Amino acid sequence: MATEESKANVKRVQVKRFKPEEYPEKHYLNQETGLWAWLTTVDHKKIGLMYLMSVAFFFFIGGMLALLIRTELLTPARTFMDADVYNQVFTLHGAIMIFFFLIPSVPAALGNFILPLQLGAKDVAFPRLNLASFYIYVIGALFTITAIFTGGVDTGWTFYTPYSATTGGSVMMMTMGVFILGFSSILTGLNFIVTIHKLRSPGITWNRLPLNLWGLYATSIIQILATPVLAITLLLLTMERALGIGIFDPALGGDPVLYQHFFWFYSHPAVYIMIVPGFGIISEVISTFSRKVIFGYWAIALSSLAIAFIGFLVWGHHMFTAGQSSLASMVFSFLTFLVGIPTGIKIFNWLATMYRGSIDMKTPMLYAMVFLFLFTIGGFTGIMLGALSVDVHLHDTYYVVAHFHYVMMGGMVMAFLAGLHYWWPKMFGRMYSEFWAKLSCGLVFIGFNMTFLPQFIMGAQGMPRRYFNYIDQFQSFHQFSTLGAYVMGVAFFIMAGYLFHSLRKGKRAAANPWGSRALEWQTSSPAPLHNFEHTPVIINGPYDYHKPMSEFQLGIATPHNDHHADENVSHTESEKEQV
Amino acid sequence: MSEPSVIEENKSHVLHHFIDSDQQFEASKLGMWVFLVTEILFFGGLFAAYIVYRAWYPDLYLQASEELNTFWGAVNTAVLIGSSLTVAMAIRSAQLNQIKGLITNLYITIGLALTFMVIKYFEYAHKFEIGILPGSYYSYEGIAHEKANIFFSIYYMMTGLHGIHVLIGIGLMIWLVVKAKKNVLHSGYYTPVEITGLYWHLVDVIWIFLFPLLYLID
Amino acid sequence: MLPPAKSTLAAETDALFNFINVTSIILLIGITIAIVFFAWKYRRRSENDVTPVITHNSKLEITWSVIPLILVLIVFGWGLSGYVNLTTIPDDAYEIRVVGKSWLWEFHYETGHVSVNELHVPVDRPVKLVMSSEDVIHSFYIPDFRIKRDVLPNRYSSVWFEATETGESVIFCTEYCGMAHSDMLATTIVHEQEEFDTWLASAGSADDNLSPLELGEQLVTRNACTTCHSMDGSILQGPSFQGLWGSERQFEEGDNVTADENYIRESILEPQARIVESYDPVMPTYAGTLDDRQIDAIIEYIKTLE
Repeated sequence: MATEESKANVKRVQVKRFKPEEYPEKHYLNQETGLWAWLTTVDHKKIGLMYLMSVAFFFFIGGMLALLIRTELLTPARTFMDADVYNQVFTLHGAIMIFFFLIPSVPAALGNFILPLQLGAKDVAFPRLNLASFYIYVIGALFTITAIFTGGVDTGWTFYTPYSATTGGSVMMMTMGVFILGFSSILTGLNFIVTIHKLRSPGITWNRLPLNLWGLYATSIIQILATPVLAITLLLLTMERALGIGIFDPALGGDPVLYQHFFWFYSHPAVYIMIVPGFGIISEVISTFSRKVIFGYWAIALSSLAIAFIGFLVWGHHMFTAGQSSLASMVFSFLTFLVGIPTGIKIFNWLATMYRGSIDMKTPMLYAMVFLFLFTIGGFTGIMLGALSVDVHLHDTYYVVAHFHYVMMGGMVMAFLAGLHYWWPKMFGRMYSEFWAKLSCGLVFIGFNMTFLPQFIMGAQGMPRRYFNYIDQFQSFHQFSTLGAYVMGVAFFIMAGYLFHSLRKGKRAAANPWGSRALEWQTSSPAPLHNFEHTPVIINGPYDYHKPMSEFQLGIATPHNDHHADENVSHTESEKEQV
Repeated sequence: MSEPSVIEENKSHVLHHFIDSDQQFEASKLGMWVFLVTEILFFGGLFAAYIVYRAWYPDLYLQASEELNTFWGAVNTAVLIGSSLTVAMAIRSAQLNQIKGLITNLYITIGLALTFMVIKYFEYAHKFEIGILPGSYYSYEGIAHEKANIFFSIYYMMTGLHGIHVLIGIGLMIWLVVKAKKNVLHSGYYTPVEITGLYWHLVDVIWIFLFPLLYLID
Repeated sequence: MLPPAKSTLAAETDALFNFINVTSIILLIGITIAIVFFAWKYRRRSENDVTPVITHNSKLEITWSVIPLILVLIVFGWGLSGYVNLTTIPDDAYEIRVVGKSWLWEFHYETGHVSVNELHVPVDRPVKLVMSSEDVIHSFYIPDFRIKRDVLPNRYSSVWFEATETGESVIFCTEYCGMAHSDMLATTIVHEQEEFDTWLASAGSADDNLSPLELGEQLVTRNACTTCHSMDGSILQGPSFQGLWGSERQFEEGDNVTADENYIRESILEPQARIVESYDPVMPTYAGTLDDRQIDAIIEYIKTLE
């Protein structure tokens, strides 16, 4: 906008319609080719894809570890692994799934790809920093993988002291790996905040910002504020082991409950880092596939911020039996219930969006509906755990394990899959088989419920978590749960199959296969290298389905800093169109 | 920010995804501010640990603080405040396109930062000599409190982490001198100086909190 | 879905649990019906479908914000009141000291008697457990009583309950504490008051009538030795007792030693003194828990395991 004002006279530019090119020959995937081009790219789309491949890889590893856990639990005591191996396997499953898959999955993989496109920007604010944050992620991953092979870690992903300060194994290597990884998360959040504030296309006011970006914005704020606290906690833990500084170890004069406060101060907001981007995706998908304006735009936008804020005040609900004061427990319980309200509002708003819509049951929409169901269960069981007296009974049992898998997997992973299937044509210019995709979705749904519903019952009956051995009354539940895990495994293999097939042989995608009004669909599939060949101009909200598609394809042709210098820029003497 | 003619000549610093130099400058500043917020949270954890232990063991803090040399701590405070002044002057020089002044002010800032580190070195060396070491290596008998090692663990973590940030700041300023000498920086583009200055001010502010909290307890 | 309610406070916890379950299921059914019904009723008819522009409905939005708010406030209040009851320990409660150590539970009674992995309590009387850990954080959990409390090193934490029927209930450790975390089980045995008094008075003395060999065999199970030491040669956290007697022990450091009376006694009282090669230094000490007669009995028993 400054360009227009820096000259003494007003510059007139003509706003015209730019229809996206269908089936483009040149796009971001085939311009800049070769391994070196990928490894040194500053293109947010390619960085997003590199993250996508990484998180998919870690999801696979984490998933394999889950199958190992469930297989071992087919019988009490040893089935095929020893207790100390089992303890390392569940530690690794948790750490990998949380730090290397869930936290980066939407922001770094899908978010990096889509955010500039949805803003009409050419890239994020700091593209080189973006690449750096990817490499920081890789280095953090290498440290963690090294930890596995040099002694392993058996502390649980929560690293509670004094056990973590005194046990053998490569705890320091893993805490350092996660410490390094935290910077990747922080820098991604930083990049997103600045991009959303400074790089919006003309006409994208805050009330026309896609809800996906409100979600990423709220997530980025949490990442900025919470991750540094994890960093200092892990640094202190590492120093505890290396130098014996004694802040957390009672044998050295420290307080192990203080560790828990520090750890959960990050790790509770972390779960909102994991879910809030998912909320953003669901808004996009439900509106697009209902072809209807989103119900309650500001309620959804502001509820993400409310969740981000209140989410920082509830960490003590992980510690009701740990030894904090009753007053603290009371306050934490109260705030925990409060944070459920904005979440509930979102669910109702999404349902209201479907009401009297024109619903097309494509795969992304199916995943969004699965999300609504599974996440609601996760949310209600969170209410159960927030109730003080009931939590005394359920804390540290399989009820908690079931709850967090329902919100993280039934919620976040389903939202991630919805987003993946939604933006797949934009990323790769290909469609996938609806039949196999829906079949896989159905199997995931069935397998997921088979795995985790019994765990609510087990937990209510007292089955503790992180148990290698268990008493006989739980065996049939464990076996049914394991069967479900294998069904899920099959579903994901099918998913990998049809997605890889799509890359090679999938039907070529149109620029806007879903008929969405959002800005990313007003450019070709796959996206061009610089996202748009013009500066988009926005005059409507992204969910205004009552407006014609042509009104979403407006823009100004501008030369950008020596790129496309031969482009036609038409300046007219007539009034600049008021937009 | 400056006259149009300067923009016309030196647009080479503007990256392809920004519309113009102003947008890039604003974005960079916002980015640095957001980063500084993360630094505050990072140190915040240590301040929280400090507060918790001080609430539990107020006597310990009173006694242990006497082992810290208030005089040299105060000197260091003045040194850092001075360096904040000189880095601000460096930014001013850049704004006025006085590249020689920019380099001089950067050199003075680096000098003051190094002075800070040297004084810190002597403080640490003295402590190591009498057995005040971090964590389980603590062997000093001079404080009659069983948790003395915890005070000093917190002391070393806070001042150590701060010291690392000072070293990083020195590195950044050396890099700025190199850039300035290559004539990359001018009144139309001095963003690196501005954001390094912001970083340096935070490093100073953190010390301004550390000094009274650690040295001035009585 | 819940275990039998065997304490005075269990019913309250269960009532809230059931309320939340029922309310949640009703809401879930409603939401699910909406999802499925809308997806069917409003399915796309043609590419030219026009959808209404509905961005707000204040009445609806307020309703679905206020009603959940009221529901969660009810749940909060109810949970709080139950929690206050769970954490307010009656003044006249009968105190038993509990020590958690990886990986067993010790119960110390007012007479000085110590039982391992068996908590004996009288029925219909408030019992207060004063707990601490000798190593890492454990957590003491009796599902039937709906009580749970973390057990911390260098600190005491307390929990109380009043059992409402005689019988046995399982105790779990429910804060991950290492290799044998899932073997750190104990049993609560609830007696009638008289029966309890009798048990306490003669606790340990039943052993007086046993031969050292019989006593040793019982002690080795009662004191959780079998959690980590097998009788049949299999490798658990500690070396097997089978073939232990008279064998040549090789340690991480120091000279070899033949496993004789002195060695076994030292292993029981100062287990960290010498660690057999390829094992970890994780055994807790039994000093103060086992007396000389009991140690002799254990030695006699071990001698018979070939």
